[in-house]
This record gives sequence, C-alpha cells and structure tokens, in this order.
Amino acid sequence: MIVKLRYAAIAIALALLATLPMWVGNSYYINIASQFLLFAVFALALNVLVGYAGLVSLGHAGLFAVAGYSGALLLQAGFDHLAAIAAAIVITLVASAVFAALALRSTGIGFLMITLALGQIVWGVAYRWASLTNGDNGVNVSTRPAPFGLSLASAPSFYFATLIVFLLAIASMAVFVRSPFGASLRGTRDQARRMNALGYNVWLIRFLAIVFSGFWTGVAGLLFIYYNQFISPQISALTSSAEVLLMVISGGTATLFGPVAGAAIVVIMKNVVSAYIERWNLVLGVIFVVIISFMPEGLVPGTVRLLRWAWGRLQAKPSAAGERPSERPSERPSEERVP
Amino acid sequence: MTALSVTNLCKQFGGLRVTANVNLAVAPGERRLIIGPNGAGKTTLFNLITGEIAPDSGSIRLFEKDITRVSVHRRPHLGMARTYQIITLFASDTILRNVTLALLGLSRLRWSLLRDLDQQHALIERARAALARVGLAEIADRPLSQTSYGERRRVEIAMALAQDPKVLLLDEPFAGLSIDERRDVRQLLNAIPREVTVVMIEHNTDVALDWAERIMLLHFGEVIVEGTRAEVVANPRTREVYLGH
Repeated sequence: MIVKLRYAAIAIALALLATLPMWVGNSYYINIASQFLLFAVFALALNVLVGYAGLVSLGHAGLFAVAGYSGALLLQAGFDHLAAIAAAIVITLVASAVFAALALRSTGIGFLMITLALGQIVWGVAYRWASLTNGDNGVNVSTRPAPFGLSLASAPSFYFATLIVFLLAIASMAVFVRSPFGASLRGTRDQARRMNALGYNVWLIRFLAIVFSGFWTGVAGLLFIYYNQFISPQISALTSSAEVLLMVISGGTATLFGPVAGAAIVVIMKNVVSAYIERWNLVLGVIFVVIISFMPEGLVPGTVRLLRWAWGRLQAKPSAAGERPSERPSERPSEERVP
Repeated sequence: MTALSVTNLCKQFGGLRVTANVNLAVAPGERRLIIGPNGAGKTTLFNLITGEIAPDSGSIRLFEKDITRVSVHRRPHLGMARTYQIITLFASDTILRNVTLALLGLSRLRWSLLRDLDQQHALIERARAALARVGLAEIADRPLSQTSYGERRRVEIAMALAQDPKVLLLDEPFAGLSIDERRDVRQLLNAIPREVTVVMIEHNTDVALDWAERIMLLHFGEVIVEGTRAEVVANPRTREVYLGH
C-alpha cells in the first residue's frame, strides 16, 4: 500500500511540477519554483556526502560558489555559454578533488572542520580578491543561454530548463543509490574499517563520492548564476553551507526525496513567509526544531512512518478488537531511507 | 614454502611493547592457534598482519611475497581474509547483503555506478552459496538486526569464507557463544577445506586446542612457546603463563 502510495505521490508531484507555470501564472512564483529546484539539486548533491557517505560537509557553499564565479567570470571574459559552463564544471571538479584530498585526512568532526575552513577560504577569495572577483560588488551575468535556440530569458522557460536539470539530478541519484558503488559508499559510512578489510579502497570511494557530489553542486551553482544573473560573496558564506545542510537534515538524510522537501521548506520560508513576517528566520528555526523533535529522521521518512502507522490503525480497526503493537510508529523502519 | 610468515615483527605504542620480535611461519593448509592471556598482543598481531597497524620493524610475507607495505585493502585481493573479535557487520542490511558486500569487495563491479546491485544475480547466488556453507541459507533474507549473536558470528565467518581466501585469520570466533553455538561454529571450522590456511586466536581452549595442529603462546608481546599441540601443552611455561591460571 505504502509503495503504491509512493508511486502515486511521485506521479502527482511530477504532474504538478510539469504544469506549474500554467496554474501559477505569476512569474514571481514561477521564479521561486526555479529557485526551489536549483537548491534541491544542491541539497541532493550534499546528501551524497551527508546521507550516503556519512561525511558532513560545511564547505559546500564554497564549491557552489567556485562553479558560480568560474561561470560568471568566464562569461564576463567573453566566452560563450557552452565553453563557460564546461570550463566551470571542470574547475569545480578540480576544486572538489582538492577539497577531498585535504578533508579526507579525517572523518567526523575533523572532516567537518576542514570543509568549513575550505569553504571560508573560498569566501575570503570571493570577498577580498577584488581584482579577480570584484569583491562585494559581485559579478553580473548579462545573458542566459539559449539551448537549441530556445531562449531561457522568461521565467517559465528558465523554470522548465531547471526542471529538466533537476530531474536528471534526481535520476542520477536513484541510479547511484542502487549501484554497487552506492552500496560500497554506504558500507564505508557504516563500517569503514571492515570495508577496508574486505578489499574496498575506502579512501578512494569517499574521494569519488566527493567529486560526484561536487559535480551536482557545480551544476546547481551554474543554475544559480543564470537564475540571479548575478553572484556575490554572500552565497559562499558559511550561512549558505549551513542552510543547505539544514535542507538535507530536515528533509531526511540518505533518502531520495528528503533533500528536495528540505529545499522546498527553506526556499518557501525565505521567499514567501519573509514577505509577511520580518523575522522569518525565527519561523524557520521553529519549523526545524519541530521537525527534529517529532521526526528526528527527517520530514520525508517521518511522514512515511506516520502514514504507515495510520494505515496500520485503519487496517486494525475493522478486522478485530485486538491491538497490533507491531504497527506502532517507532518500531517500523521507514521505507524511504536506504540503509 | 610458507603460507604466512612474520619475521622479527615489532610494534610499540608509546612505552608499551605490544609486539616484541615476533616470528611466525605457517605452512600451507596448517591450522594454527594463537593463545595468550588478555593483553598479550594477539589481536595487535592480527592487525599488523592485515595491515591495519603499520609495524615499527620486521616483515610480513604471504606465500613468500613481501606484503609489509601493501595497503590494507589490497591484502584481501592477495588472498587474506579476517574476522573480528567484536562483530563488525552492516547492521541495517540483510544477511545476504552482508555477504554480497564481501564478494563485491573483490569484484571489479564494486566501482560500477550504472548497474543495479540487486540485478547482479551471479554475485548474489555466490553469496547464497556461501551462506549455505555455514547453514544460514534459510534466513539469508533476514535483516541482521533480527539475528542472534551466534548467527552473526557465522555471518562473519561466511563473509570471510565467501572471499575464498588462501589465508584466513579468525579472531576469537567462539567468544560469547553458547555451548550449542560453539558446536555449530566448530563444525563450520572443520568443514573449511584444506587448501585454506587458518590462523585462529582463541581463549576458549577446550574448543580450540584439539582443532589446532600447532600453537603459539604470546605473553606481553613475546612468543613464549611455539610448537605442536602436544609440545605446547606439555611445556611448563605454558602452564605457568596460561593454562595454570
């Protein structure tokens, strides 16, 4: 039943996303939807590390900004979109490899602190190396690309382009999770020492996972500069890294749709709620506290758990008077989380 | 020709000598038991042999090939497998997935990003066969969290055996088991083919003594007595250090 429900939910979500510009109409809200999708790609990328590798990074905004600044500066230097995008992705992959080589000297808190420091270095360069990055004034991106002659200048066209990239990202995650490499990566998260003794090169597996995560982080960074047509040091700051980490954790780590749900919450709070409540950060904070208190595994697996429990109660009632203790929510493993 | 040989191996943690000039030569197919009081350096010796700890000096050879500097994850590919004293399994997976991971570790498939692991039927069938060898075929699809301690021990051994090792290192496979479970594990050890060389650390001398062909007694990192079962049991030093207590 839950599986059927899951397919139904995915189908409905897809239909809603595919038709969104038609029923939203207002380009302001279409733009917010694009922003949600691009941050969902970012959160999916970070989830590779946080969820499947068990490596918590607080420097991913750095990689995001490396991609964004590379793209923006190359465009400003006169490169065409294709060349700038390709070069920005390559630069981000190299930056990810450097991040990985340095941060993988450690795991756990050590990894967290090194990625934090690396992210701050990127921020420092973006902020202070004004001759390269234009400092606080940021870099403008004057045009959006026009793939196959289709202009992405309007809000709906950019939305659809972002949607396609988002669907590719989520499909690549689905394939990755089921693959032998995905299983190896989860193994290094659960029993790193044992994995080494079984013949897995744990260091290399983690390294490749960081580069894979870096790739999608870079893609999200490029979407970001095309969306805003501007980049400034603010996006590389620690608060951005923390924000995307909160998306992953609140939505549900090591799940396919958790980071997407997390991205939706943050982007909606930031853009919609902030119009009504000045202290929207406070509201966001309260939401996170509620999620972590009642669904410590995250919003998506937590909701699945509640649905399962409710379904069990519904089933139990007509059949007999007897309680079914095994259907209590706390005892059921969530179906979403990939162990 | 030795299957596994250790020459003048030394390891010191700060001021503590945990492995002091240990020499060990295990012939192909031999059943070797390593005994010694708590803290004698038995598990450290295993960690040195598998490469989890780097020795200060000395060398380790696997079938005459020097592997002292070979990294931990390469050694299983050369035919070395081990089990752990403290069970280290993938608790949220099924028994079958645990053994599949052991097989995947030696397969090039482990780098594949595009295939579906659940569709690798050849690999999964081999994992099932390995579980059949340890009598766990019926419960192969059970999550590990729903298994008994004794079953987990057997999963540990199944994972090592699935890799078809030439040298198998067993770290206290009987620890914490009931009498029935010990009997099961013992039968399992008896069924290991002779091509496999087995080195076992075990405290439980009543189950292990008659299994062993040669025994080495460690104490404070040093080899105190080494020889055939009869020699070691008869040696007064053994009685003094170990059996007498």
